[in-house]
Amino acid sequence: MTAADPGSEPRPAVPTASAAPAQPASPDQPAAPARYHRGRRLTGRVLLYLGLAGFAAFLLLPFFWMVSSSLKANNEVFTIPVKWIPEVFHWENYVDIWTVQISAAASNMGSWLKNTMILSVVVTLLQLFTGSFAAYGFSRIRFPGRDTLFLAYIATIAVPWQAYMIPQYKLMSQVHLTDTLWSIIILQAFGAFGVFLMKQFYETIPEELSESARLDGLSEYGIYWRIMLPLSGPAIASLALLTFVRTWNDFLGPKLYLRSPQNYTIQVGLKLFQADPMGSSLYGLMFAGSVLSVLPVAVIFLLGQRYFVEGVATSGLKG
Amino acid sequence: MTTATTTARPVRRRSRLRRRNTLLGLSFIAPNFIGFAVITLVPILILFYVAFTQWYAVGTPKWTGLANFRKLFLHDSTFIDALINTLYYTAAHLPLTLAASLGLAVLLNRKMRGMAFFRTAAFFPYVTSIVAIALVWNLMFSPDTGPINQLLRFIGLSDPPGWTVSSTWAMPAVIIVGTWREMGYYMLLFLAGLQTIPAQLYEAAQVDGASAWSRFWHITLPGLRPTTFFITVMLTIESMKVFDLVFVMTAGGPGTSTLVISQLIWRRAFEGEGEFGYASAIALVLFVICLGFTLVQFVINRRSEK
Repeated sequence: MTAADPGSEPRPAVPTASAAPAQPASPDQPAAPARYHRGRRLTGRVLLYLGLAGFAAFLLLPFFWMVSSSLKANNEVFTIPVKWIPEVFHWENYVDIWTVQISAAASNMGSWLKNTMILSVVVTLLQLFTGSFAAYGFSRIRFPGRDTLFLAYIATIAVPWQAYMIPQYKLMSQVHLTDTLWSIIILQAFGAFGVFLMKQFYETIPEELSESARLDGLSEYGIYWRIMLPLSGPAIASLALLTFVRTWNDFLGPKLYLRSPQNYTIQVGLKLFQADPMGSSLYGLMFAGSVLSVLPVAVIFLLGQRYFVEGVATSGLKG
Repeated sequence: MTTATTTARPVRRRSRLRRRNTLLGLSFIAPNFIGFAVITLVPILILFYVAFTQWYAVGTPKWTGLANFRKLFLHDSTFIDALINTLYYTAAHLPLTLAASLGLAVLLNRKMRGMAFFRTAAFFPYVTSIVAIALVWNLMFSPDTGPINQLLRFIGLSDPPGWTVSSTWAMPAVIIVGTWREMGYYMLLFLAGLQTIPAQLYEAAQVDGASAWSRFWHITLPGLRPTTFFITVMLTIESMKVFDLVFVMTAGGPGTSTLVISQLIWRRAFEGEGEFGYASAIALVLFVICLGFTLVQFVINRRSEK
């Protein structure tokens, strides 16, 4: 902080604008009001924490209920009054969910999870490669028509998928890709999102770096591979995590394209379970399935939070 | 090299460089662009044709001009219902989410113990699967035995709402879940916006003895104007195209009480007769609405930059 800083105490130079409570009053003020202020500040702080704790409960209660119900017997999920903690922990729900028979089809949790994992990994890799590669072209190479092409990407971001899903479906079915995992890979891997996010990031890397590499005789592909990619670790991580989670959670795409139960993803499978007259009475199992569908995302999110937050903040786009 | 040789040479060299750059640039863009063009751009262009045709899942499109749109606005009460429901959802979800996410961002934008935890908690619903959360909320909303109505009875409401099984309360239930799910996401955008407001402004205001409320009103809000504007537009578009949440929570019911435009497109196209042409006309209407909001954003953005 500079000398103009009115605060008399040394404090960390926090460049962020914070709405934090008032700084200590100037030294010439009498002591009593200062203590009064400090007391009020403490009350404010306690109130804030209480409010936030209540709010966090509202935010997280559904997840708590989901996990606790996944350990209940089927007839124990709905009781009056609500049991927040099961009396007996029915861990067997997590065993039975893999093999349980429901009327529409066998619950096929194993292959649903496998399909979802394959799709998420393949889509993420493709999106990373094509997105970061194209972004290099858009941000570092000047050629006629470049801005028009980029505008085409930007323009489509505001177009809802529902608006063009019909022609897209027709195209996919003409090349016989419906009801294959390929349809989802193609659907998700070439999004404008990755290009946009990576371009935003490249623009923060000084041009001089690639300029000097160019003088050293490195080709553009070499600059992309040896300079830009190694420097864009955080952006790559953001894009990878956001893409993985989006593909994992996608419901409508798989719902439309994957018609045979063995091709389902976990989300479509879970919905089948829920819509099934027999499955929908197996509450405990249904919740166990929900937990399984959320768990990988929860782990990834908790490990890589920082990248989610940065990805959202830099792109400002829906993840 | 002498400059006298010819004047044409630098020009030719420049055009060769340009051609080289074009090929190079395209080679970078191609892997993504080809996929993007086939899967997004071309279908969008096709939409503009098929919306004006009569076309069933099997068979070929037949040009019918404006017939689809005439039917849509004059003779299709389901479409009007869906349009009204979509506007209802937008009108409630937008201000709620905006206020909640702004409030959260301001509260959590401070260096205090535990703030990171609350930020994570707020963002968590947004990254979890919509199918799982819809399942949980639906059962929490169960009229007789669900925890929510038990709580409402406990605090003295003898006749709590029927939520997703009542045509009056199904939409509020969807709106609550939508707001719960999305406010953490917009909170992050607001937090990013808050970082751009210079700290000196707050320090100066404190020296002048401005209250917390007046600091919020005179510094925070004006400083966040670009962010708020961007978020408002995003939220409008996202609300107008709301789909998967409704699809998994209520499937449009009971009756048509939560049927939204996107769901209606899906129904007409992929359930029943497969009216691709007619459903595309609805899709075009949705497209035009979203495009309209985007253009408004561009125009106002441009104007505020000047």
